[in-house]
This record gives sequence, C-alpha cells and structure tokens, in this order.
Amino acid sequence: MSIATTKSIQVKGLRKSYKQHQVLKGVDFEVEKGSIFALLGSNGAGKTTVVKILATLLKQDGGTAVVNGFDVASKPDGVRQSISLTGQFAAVDEVLTGRENLVMLAKLRHLPHPRQVADDMLKRFGLTEAADRRASTYSGGMRRRLDIALSLVGKPQIVFLDEPTTGLDPESRIEVWKIVKELADGGTTIFLTTQYLEEAEQLADRIAILHEGRIIASGTLSELKKLFPQAKVEYVEKQPSLEEIFLAIVGKKEAI
Amino acid sequence: METAKNHFLSDMGVMLGRSMRHIFRSMDTIITVCITPIALMLLFVYVFGGAIQADTDNYVNYLLPGILLIAIASGISYTAYRLFLDKQRGIIERFHSMPIARSAVLWGHVLTSVVSNVITVVIIVLVALAMGFRSSAGILPWLAVAGILVLFTLALTWVAAIAGLSAKSVEGASAFSYPLLFLPFISSAFVPTDSMPRVVRAFAENQPVTSIVEAIRALLSGQPVGHDIWVALAWCVGIMLAAYLFAMRAYKKRA
Repeated sequence: MSIATTKSIQVKGLRKSYKQHQVLKGVDFEVEKGSIFALLGSNGAGKTTVVKILATLLKQDGGTAVVNGFDVASKPDGVRQSISLTGQFAAVDEVLTGRENLVMLAKLRHLPHPRQVADDMLKRFGLTEAADRRASTYSGGMRRRLDIALSLVGKPQIVFLDEPTTGLDPESRIEVWKIVKELADGGTTIFLTTQYLEEAEQLADRIAILHEGRIIASGTLSELKKLFPQAKVEYVEKQPSLEEIFLAIVGKKEAI
Repeated sequence: METAKNHFLSDMGVMLGRSMRHIFRSMDTIITVCITPIALMLLFVYVFGGAIQADTDNYVNYLLPGILLIAIASGISYTAYRLFLDKQRGIIERFHSMPIARSAVLWGHVLTSVVSNVITVVIIVLVALAMGFRSSAGILPWLAVAGILVLFTLALTWVAAIAGLSAKSVEGASAFSYPLLFLPFISSAFVPTDSMPRVVRAFAENQPVTSIVEAIRALLSGQPVGHDIWVALAWCVGIMLAAYLFAMRAYKKRA
C-alpha cells in the first residue's frame, strides 16, 4: 500500500484497438504523485487514446489502469473525483462569458460558493477584465487559459493536459508552461501529452515516448540522454532559432 | 462518498440553464422557432386565408394546430445543432470526465427542448388569440392538447438527438429537420385533404401530422376526437421509443 500511495497513475499492459487497427499494444508506465509526466509521440501515436482511457472516456480492451488508487474500469466515479481533463481543443462554452463558464463548472463540481470560485480563477488567470465577455470573443491564448482554469475548478489532484499548446502562439505557449509549473509546485500531478520535444524538455520530470503502440523509452531527461551514444564534441555555429528571435523582438516575456 | 447520482437533478438544472442561455442569446434561434411560425400564421390567415376553402368560419382555429407542429419541428432542429456542437467541441467529454451523472448531459438537452418548445407554443397561442383564435374547450381538453404537444416534442427531440450525436457536420446535424418541416404542408394542417390528388391525399391522410392535427383541432373545438387521438398517440409514443433507443446507442457509442 505504501508503494501504491506514491503513484498517481499506474498503467500495465494497456491495449486498445479501433476496429482492425491496434492503437495501443501493451502500454506500461507509472506517474509519481506531484510530478510532471510527459507522454511524447508523433501525431496518431495513440497519446489521446491513453488520455481518454485514463479520464474514463474510453474503455480499454486489455490491461489495467489505476488513477489515484481507483481502477478506471471498475471505479470510474472515484477517478472522476480525482482528475480533470483539458482536451486538445479548448472545450469552453463560447456562448457563455468567461465568468459564466467558471460558475457553471463550480456548480457541476458542487462547490459551496461558485461565484467566489469564479472570481478567484479569473484573477489567477488574468481574465478579470474579459470576465463578462462571451468566450467566442477571446483570443486563442485567452481561450486556452480559460480552458485550463475550468479544469482547475475544484482543485483536482491529477490534471490531464492533452496537447495543451498545440496551435498556440509562442507567448501563449510560455504562459501555459508557467501555469503548468506553478500547478506542479503546488503538488498537483500533471499528465501531459505533447508532440513538441522542447515542451517535454522544459516541463517534464519524466518523459515516456509512445511509438507504434508501445512505450519505447522512458525516464528523466538525463536518463534518456544516456540512451544515446556518447556525446561528441563538434563545432557548430549556433544560430538563434526563430522562436528566440521572435521572443527577443516581442521582448515582453523573459525566457523561462 | 457522494456519488454522481445524488446530484442528477441539480446537474441537469445547470445543463438546462446553460442551454436556455444559448437559446436566448441566439437571435437566429428566436427568429426561426418563434417569429417564423407567427409570420407563417399571419401569411396564411391574412393573405392566403381568403382563398382557402377549409369549410370553417374561423381559419385561425383551423390553422393553429399545424402552426404549433411546425414551430416544434423547427425548435428541435436546434437541439440537434446544440448537441452536435457540444460533441464536436469536446464539451461532452469535459462533462463526462467530471463526477456528474453522464445521462444528465443528454437529459439536460432534452429538458431544454421541452421547456423552450413550451415557451414557443404559449407565445404562438397568445398571438393566435390576438388574431381571433377562440376555443370552447375546458381544462381537460386543453391538458390533453398540452400532453400531445409535449409527447410530439419528446418524440422529435429524440430523433434530433440521433442526428446531433451521429452527424459529421453542422449541416448534417440540422438537415434532417427539413422533411419534418414539410410534413405539415402535406397534411390537413392548412387545407382539408379532400382537395388533394389521390396519391398525395393517401399520403397526407396516413402520415402522423394529420392525425395529430385532427386530434388537437377536435379537442380545441369541443368536437368528439374519435380515433384520431389514439392514432396520434401511437405515432408519438412509437417514434419516441424507437428514437430513444437509437439515440441512447449513439450516445454510448460516440459521446
């Protein structure tokens, strides 16, 4: 039991097929409580399928998955009490205002003071000024912030972020990274999927690479680096990346 | 530990409040479900009405049941639309990953459909009263009319749920309702079926709208309803049960 309590997520031999197509062929990994775990993989590798199974939206064909001590197949209610999901596309209600979205979520989580919860979240995510505008008028970055704020209503212990920065501009991406780091510092377990290597490198305590239905490598960044041949010394002229140039010109955010 | 089921009603209430906001904030919805049927009623009474031989001294009385069915048929197409958007934008997934009763999400949409259609029907009846609609019916026949209309709404709402949950595009989600909008025109809703050619007449007299319209008309005018009401009820309940089963299957499979 003492071993189990340090793990937020335990996945063993997870399998899932869509018709003939086998997406997950036996996936194993564990996520430590309070850590940031990144599941890395190219498009179509099955990252979202893993997230959906862990978030009780999809049933696996085989294997087990335990989230916060609850088996996803037999105790989905317990899992849902422990988690929140931020999907690939910002799932905000565009007809409602930012505030109304948050109040609605607080009511659905059956919290005692929905309006107060909404006000706090709006402040925390810099949306107070836009609070009473419909979410359809928000920029992509604001929408993602509202989306993440909605996920955090009720302080879930485990947060799933499925490609949280796909489609965001660099500034918004760095903002999301900041939020993720703050959350982890506060003790929340973060399960992140991404196709950006840099994102995993920036954020994750542990990284697992999902490829053709299996985890082909996992560990900390330095462990993963050891898997590769000894570093060679080469002289390369270092050109700034476009992202560095962009951020230098825009100049509003210091690099994290 | 508290379970999701304890909160079914309050969760559904939140869903209802949300969808009702969607309706009241959408000019398009209000125009289509409320203003269009009223315009149609004005058109038929004050423009075509003089030329229509419906063997009645009060054409508003004759017309009203059909107008109400058209309003409901256009109302439920928005239920399909709203369900489709919730599914497409990941909102259903968000709700389903939360500790709330899963069915509350779908039933919230169904309840919204009933509540909004009741509001539409009341508004249209009030406008009809201003246009000269009169009924000698007592409280019981009125309740029967309300019951048939709610049943009709539920039946079409579940049809709309199938469309909303299984559609691949916004157009697909609402296109299914166009044939429903035409059914009242090929029925006894606007003109008696006697005047129609044989084939059209056979269709008109045996499709659900005619029996529903005839039953409501008889109830409102204090006439004996005959077997129309049973045919109407059979249609409504039959469509409702069949559509409910298919919609639930689509819901479990896709959402």
